[in-house]
Amino acid sequence: MSPQTSTYVVRGARVLGGEPTDLVLRDGVVAEVGPGLSAAGAEVVDAEGLVALPGLVDLHTHLREPGREDAETVETGTRAAAMGGFTAVHAMANTAPVADTAGVVEQVWRLGTEAGYCDVQPVGAVTVGLGGERLAELGAMADSAARVRVFSDDGHCVADPVLMRRALEYVKAFDGVVAQHAQEPRLTEGAQMNEGELSGRLGLQGWPAVAEEAIIARDCLLTAHVGSRLHVCHVSTAGSVEIVRWAKSKGWDVTAEACPHHLLLTDELAATYDPIYKVNPPLRSASDVEALRAGLADGTIDIVATDHAPHPHEDKDCEWPAAAFGMLGLETALSIVQQTIVDTGALDWTGVAERMSYAPARIGRLAGHGRPIEVGEPANVVLYDAATTRVVDPADTASLSRNTPYAGRELPGRVVATFLRGRATVLDGKLT
Amino acid sequence: MSAAPPETDGPDEGSGGGSDPGPEPGRVVLDARDIDRALTRISHEILERNKGSEGLLLLGIPTRGVHLAQRVAAIMSRVEDVDVPVGSLDVTMYRDDLRLRPARALMHTDIPTQGLDGRTVVLVDDVLFSGRTIRAALDAMNDIGRPEAVQLAVLVDRGHRQLPIRADFVGKNLPTSLVEKVAVRLQESDGHDGVTIR
Amino acid sequence: MRRHLLSAGDLTRDDAQLVLDTAEEMRSLADRPIKKLPALRGRTVVNLFFEDSTRTRISFEAAAKRLSADVINFSAKGSSLSKGESLKDTALTLEAMGADAVVCRHWASGAPHLLAHAGWSRSSVVNAGDGTHEHPTQALLDAFTMTRHLGPLDGRRVAIVGDVLHSRVARSNALLLRTLGAEVTLVAPPTLLPLGIEGWGVETSYDLDAVLPKADVVMMLRVQRERMNAAFFPSVREYSRRYGLDARRMATLQDHAIVMHPGPMIRGMEITADVADSDRSVIVEQVTNGVAVRMAVLYLLLGGSEAAIGGAEDRPSGGGEA
Repeated sequence: MSPQTSTYVVRGARVLGGEPTDLVLRDGVVAEVGPGLSAAGAEVVDAEGLVALPGLVDLHTHLREPGREDAETVETGTRAAAMGGFTAVHAMANTAPVADTAGVVEQVWRLGTEAGYCDVQPVGAVTVGLGGERLAELGAMADSAARVRVFSDDGHCVADPVLMRRALEYVKAFDGVVAQHAQEPRLTEGAQMNEGELSGRLGLQGWPAVAEEAIIARDCLLTAHVGSRLHVCHVSTAGSVEIVRWAKSKGWDVTAEACPHHLLLTDELAATYDPIYKVNPPLRSASDVEALRAGLADGTIDIVATDHAPHPHEDKDCEWPAAAFGMLGLETALSIVQQTIVDTGALDWTGVAERMSYAPARIGRLAGHGRPIEVGEPANVVLYDAATTRVVDPADTASLSRNTPYAGRELPGRVVATFLRGRATVLDGKLT
Repeated sequence: MSAAPPETDGPDEGSGGGSDPGPEPGRVVLDARDIDRALTRISHEILERNKGSEGLLLLGIPTRGVHLAQRVAAIMSRVEDVDVPVGSLDVTMYRDDLRLRPARALMHTDIPTQGLDGRTVVLVDDVLFSGRTIRAALDAMNDIGRPEAVQLAVLVDRGHRQLPIRADFVGKNLPTSLVEKVAVRLQESDGHDGVTIR
Repeated sequence: MRRHLLSAGDLTRDDAQLVLDTAEEMRSLADRPIKKLPALRGRTVVNLFFEDSTRTRISFEAAAKRLSADVINFSAKGSSLSKGESLKDTALTLEAMGADAVVCRHWASGAPHLLAHAGWSRSSVVNAGDGTHEHPTQALLDAFTMTRHLGPLDGRRVAIVGDVLHSRVARSNALLLRTLGAEVTLVAPPTLLPLGIEGWGVETSYDLDAVLPKADVVMMLRVQRERMNAAFFPSVREYSRRYGLDARRMATLQDHAIVMHPGPMIRGMEITADVADSDRSVIVEQVTNGVAVRMAVLYLLLGGSEAAIGGAEDRPSGGGEA
């Protein structure tokens, strides 16, 4: 990729799905917006019929580096992010070593800066080593060069109510947020899939909805009690949506995310025993999917986050109970959102911008992202062809891993170009 | 999904399927009375050849061979007042074309309590054609016991042997072409007696 | 076409009846001087056991050998904790050996399904018990044993008692017995019945005493002591008192009713010794019938140019999309 920024004239883009207009991206910002624009020496991008969205922000990405560079690296993960239209991702803390010190979060942050495909904002662990026993040095991570504001033990739940309370209190000092992976550990020992009739028939140990909902309810109450800020990761059940809706109705500062796969796929897929569909939290029932879509539409669920979780082939090419949890998501997220939320009429592109760019940046307190496409704003822009379709080929990915659950599926839409501060990271559907 | 329909006769014996109970199209070569006469003669011949019923055992090859064996035994009982044991011998797993066709349902094998050892076994089948069913029957018997002698009785011998096998007792020799089908129908399995060719 | 027996639910009523009829013929072999049939000569059957089960393994081994198949026993160590050799690599090895059928026992639910459908091998797969999922040949031998004692199972009442939650035997029996027209009642403490069992098309009960007088068959399931530690029930004594089959309870059965157990039994836990050894108990016969039923399954899967029973090649398409 060329290090110098050039000037782009984007012609005929439909900003947030509106009327076609031209954009001039220069010096890292949106320089002009309007019809019939031109600029000397600019590269012209034909965006006829394409939707322009603000650069997407993912609050939940597993980049695996350091420690599992066989699954993903910051470099490959950010390439996948750019291909998916993201200009910033939050890198989860469950690396090896765990991102529980200023040193590790700064390392990840620096790797992201060097890769240059999208901004990498490290998430700090809530507890030392994700052990759930002692608070990590949250303040040091907040004060580090990485400026960590989101703290999560994702992959593990901060199950101890006292520890959770303290974490919620402590992060108030630097306007942080605790992003909880809501999973009551005792209720999910050995759990493999959504608990229901199917888990009983398949003989796969059930993962009850209550294991998620009980933690969310508890944490909402704790948040209210200490006057802090809670973000709920990957909400997967109808009951969770209800609880978050209730917490919001109280005026509590609770936000929530849903993952694309939970908006589309159901637990029926476990009947294949193909662990490509094994994910944490598990795929749920069709009525849960409906509730998530409705929650996303009415704002109960604030954002879509990918929970992009790369795994090497051998960790998925095995018996279901032995397989790793997780699926790729960065490169398919926008298409799934289009299919499940936009094409169904639940949200328009303004709504998508809110759920996938503005709100996640706001929750993560991430400066320079999640800004509207207006003159003077950072030139973080995605050009998206919503009119096309594609069939997902697992081999055709920028990620190091191949564990997409959408192999062979026809999905709508394709990211044509991604601009990070006025520089194209993706152009003509290819990485620059 | 179910198995291929049970082969009452060897697939190579060309006696047609067994699903159509109505009158067969084609030329009737034996009617009920002819069959009865033929079986009576065969019964006499068996007793004559073996100098009575001592040590005899009739072993029918399912399905119709078993019915024929039972009829022969009944005739023997009527005319000579002797009680000849009757059994059935399924040869499915011994067929040389086992692997050429879908897995077939097994027919019933029922060896009389006396066993086969030292007895004169008369194999009974409806149609003798290539001889492969009889070869399979000889192999099957080999795993069950050691008869003193084995003889073969058939209602119809239609020729076209592919193995060195011949019948000792024949109801009717029926010269056929390879494309013709011989269908044996018996009261017990088909509701009426008759042999047709078409 | 290659076929598999992965679930008792793969069998139509005709399929199941065909297995039972074939098993009846196979069983007569036990009375013959030469206990061998030539049907699978030149076929290779691999017993692939990722979990120890000597009794199931020798039952399949005897079945395959009596049909003249070549038998290879392959015990792969490994558990959910220590993965050991992967299923995939093992499958590729067996494929290279030219296995016609793989009889698979595995600690992981769905492993035989994966073996059949992941494209690693071309063998027919027979599920010999997977995790807490299914054990279809056990259900077939149970149905066979019931049929021998009771005739056709239409309308017969079968009570399956014990740790239904963790029992592959219960799952397979519930599916198969329903297919065969029997009325199944699963009896267990509520903690040992899976959630959503209403969808199985069977009755459930928490009260063994209420079920026994109507039952034609009582099948007792093994209950592992370690379940107690996970609070599925308070104590062995309480479990036995509420759900164990003892002489007093057996006396409430109808005269023709039989008592079954898939083994291995824990005498004094789910069944008392006098019940296990009583005239009503057909537990030893179940073992004998196991060989005949497994012969029938192997013959019908491998005996011809294509299988007569079992689930088809293709991966179930499964909805999965909301």
